[in-house]
Amino acid sequence: MAATAIELETAHGAGHGGGQDHGHAGVPPTSTGLDSRKLLMWVFLTSDTMFFGALIATYMTYRGRSEALAMPPYPQQIFDIPYTSVSAFVLLMSSLTMVLALAAIQKGNHRGLRVWLAATALLGAIFVGGQVFEFTTFFREGLTLQKNMFGATFFVLTGFHGAHVTIGVLWLVSLLLVSLRGGVGQSHAMNVEVAGLYWHFVDIVWIVIFVLVYLLPYPAVSEAPEGAMRLVDAGTRLLHALPF
Amino acid sequence: MASVAIPQTGTVVVPERKKASDTGLWSWLTTIDHKRIGILYGAFAFFFFLLGGLEALVIRVQLMHPDNAVVSPQKYNELFTMHGTTMIFLALMPLASAFFNYVMPLQIGARDVAFPRLNAFSLWTFLAGALILNLPMIVSLPGTFLEIVDGALRSVGITSLTAVANWANGIPGANLVPDQGWYGYAPLTGLLFSGQQIDFWAVGLLTLGTASLAASFNFIVTVINLRCPGMTMLRMPIFTWTTLIVSVLLIMALPAITIALILVVFDRYVGTHFFAAYNLVEGTLVTTGGDPLLWQHLFWIFGHPEVYILVLPAFGIISEIIPVFSRKPLFGYAVMAYATAAIAFLGFGVWAHHMFTTGLGPTPDAVFGASTMLIAIPTGVKILNWTATMWGGSIRFTTAMLFAVGLVSQFVIGGLSGVMHAVVPVDTQHNDSYFVIAHFHYVLFGGSMFGFFAGLYYWWPKITGRLLDEKLGRAHFWLTFAAFNLTFFPMHFLGLAGMPRRYATYGPDSGWWLWNVVATVGALLIGLSALVFLHNVTKTMRKPRFAPDNPWDAATLEWATSSPPPPYNFREIPTVTNRDPLWAAKYGDHMDHHEEREIDVHFAGREIGTVQAPDEAEHEQHARASAAVAVREAAAEEDGHGVHMPNPSFYPLLASLGLLLISLGALLDLSWSIHLVGGLLAIPYISLLGGLMLFGAVYGWAFEPAS
Repeated sequence: MAATAIELETAHGAGHGGGQDHGHAGVPPTSTGLDSRKLLMWVFLTSDTMFFGALIATYMTYRGRSEALAMPPYPQQIFDIPYTSVSAFVLLMSSLTMVLALAAIQKGNHRGLRVWLAATALLGAIFVGGQVFEFTTFFREGLTLQKNMFGATFFVLTGFHGAHVTIGVLWLVSLLLVSLRGGVGQSHAMNVEVAGLYWHFVDIVWIVIFVLVYLLPYPAVSEAPEGAMRLVDAGTRLLHALPF
Repeated sequence: MASVAIPQTGTVVVPERKKASDTGLWSWLTTIDHKRIGILYGAFAFFFFLLGGLEALVIRVQLMHPDNAVVSPQKYNELFTMHGTTMIFLALMPLASAFFNYVMPLQIGARDVAFPRLNAFSLWTFLAGALILNLPMIVSLPGTFLEIVDGALRSVGITSLTAVANWANGIPGANLVPDQGWYGYAPLTGLLFSGQQIDFWAVGLLTLGTASLAASFNFIVTVINLRCPGMTMLRMPIFTWTTLIVSVLLIMALPAITIALILVVFDRYVGTHFFAAYNLVEGTLVTTGGDPLLWQHLFWIFGHPEVYILVLPAFGIISEIIPVFSRKPLFGYAVMAYATAAIAFLGFGVWAHHMFTTGLGPTPDAVFGASTMLIAIPTGVKILNWTATMWGGSIRFTTAMLFAVGLVSQFVIGGLSGVMHAVVPVDTQHNDSYFVIAHFHYVLFGGSMFGFFAGLYYWWPKITGRLLDEKLGRAHFWLTFAAFNLTFFPMHFLGLAGMPRRYATYGPDSGWWLWNVVATVGALLIGLSALVFLHNVTKTMRKPRFAPDNPWDAATLEWATSSPPPPYNFREIPTVTNRDPLWAAKYGDHMDHHEEREIDVHFAGREIGTVQAPDEAEHEQHARASAAVAVREAAAEEDGHGVHMPNPSFYPLLASLGLLLISLGALLDLSWSIHLVGGLLAIPYISLLGGLMLFGAVYGWAFEPAS
């Protein structure tokens, strides 16, 4: 007769030892002790990793294809590594300010939360602005989505990441506005933590993209594009074989 | 000592209210109750199952005899494309989702899923995607059927319907049915080879993917975080395990096809060449550097796990049914859970076996062939476990059990022909033939659909409070079983005889006529069996609610509450100490539950529960950790006595509607757009409106009090 139904008159002093995960009175405790919103974000980020994985795989599949086919512009002509390094640094620093924002609200420091949230959103916005400027410059230099495989894969991959940062900035600004109206108390630190998880993930992805897209050396441009010519010939032959 | 504390909910004290605000249309549109969402998923999925079946019947009638011209080759292409896409994305996946939604939270003793509004969002987004995908088909179906009737009439000299059929075929949109096959191989989906029908297909699938992702995130968090006290991972019912693993498969696999579809959309809307090796410029083909094979890789990295996404839920369902109707606990429970996980894990390493004929080279062929054969091991373990569960049990052949055993037998046939395809030379011979059609219908109909029928008969009394008619059920099963084999077994012969898939007809000298007639007769009988099932449902729905709480003497928690369950599922969150809690409560030690000795847990001077301690000396540390969990959960119970259920919300519906409008705008003519950045960016007005709705809904949702 081991077990009986659990019936407690009081549970004070027990069960709330799970740390910050139980800080919010309105959130029921969970099987793991982990806040469900936090778990949801982790599960989403797992999936988002696969999204970026598919895009990065596509980029790597076509990496060097434009050089092999002698279809300019090429990445090594068009990249401004010092410029992009600065914007990458800006984005990385925003992770630091994000950590400080979370640390502030966990200690109940509302002013600290607002300052660091604003700083994070600003750094993120600078990064997005830098990307808009970069895209515009590349576009003026002749790189478009349609021009070659480098343009298509570059704009889609980095644009997808830029969209992530933009959504993150909107989220941080929303949090800031709610905080200014007094809506983010110490017990709501989880709301900041979940946004922070997303923000750090987007930062980490940029490190991978920056290395694979910008820093890794590209193959030399083939002087005589014989391979390309042969492919064009094959294409023309295929055209004549088509029924239209 | 096996023991359990299950609240006796046979008589619910709370009176059932029947106000319009509880049962009206608005209550269904704003519902966030996992049970109602499950019912809606099931209803929509069954509608699309019937639609996909109708398309299959037209295909079979067309193939009934050589040189048949019931439908044109173009219509034939549309029919097999929409049959495949509909059955996979709109029938089997949402049917699985229906069971996940309805059953899983009950099985883990939860009041709802972790994020009820997200759940509602996934339902309505699924419906939006299904509508987009099927809009052209719905418009073109009248024309197709008029054309068929007209053809029959003209053969006897009556031509009065021809004009009407031509008019129906000319309705705007009727010529926009996707026609490239369900796996949409490049470059068929490119601008060079196809028109706007691909847009409906790609945008529809993207919307459906969003729905599946949202649902899967929710299920994973729910299974991990909302288990009732005492429900450790290895005490969860196998169906709950399956829900978790299939959801993990979905969140890992869907990104690949989502990105691939986004790239198709870029190819079609923006003019990139991700999947097109050539582009037509002023009458000359020029090379682009794109590669059609990349589509195949991305598609099958999703597509093969998708096979397990379709069949594992059915495995989970029969893993509940077979023990109940054998009156024995599941044989090898833990191995069953691990085997499911192993199948899911290996499922990510086999995609290129769909591409053996693309010339990957001997090394990839060998690696992917070997990895494919590996999957047979955990699958074989499952077959063994089901068989061993039945061995020596006192079996009751209810309709649910018949479908479950039917699955085991039919899936073995499909599984064996699957292993044949792991052998590269054999696969090369079978590729694109009717042998492959036979194989995957044994897996997806004999596997998934048999399992879903088993689940429908099993959980129907829980969902509706009414038992389905067993006599009609048995007729349904035997008719389905016979008709299914009559339809698909001959396709093995046809495939080996060389009949290719996706051809609108075949010549009289091919020698394929006999088995095609047999298959067509079988298909019509499958159609008849669906009518038997529908008759059973309508007949049963007219009966009063009389199903007892646990009509099958089942062991899992969903049978501990009333039939149908109250909105809050359980008056008191149950506590379990056993894998088969209801059996343990009823039969005690008389059944072998692999139960270990238990240690009482005391809290505040009172005994509050037990934890398992297989061997006190060795596992003291483990027991202490479990005790801490029990105490925490006991404390959590403090808030749980007053049942707070979250309020209904219309923001999920609004967000889905926003997505629908965004997608619809993308399918309209560009003149309905606002042109930005010097004409580089065209945003359709309707998409803009949808975007604003989505944006507003997300903010309304975020600031809406949850309860």
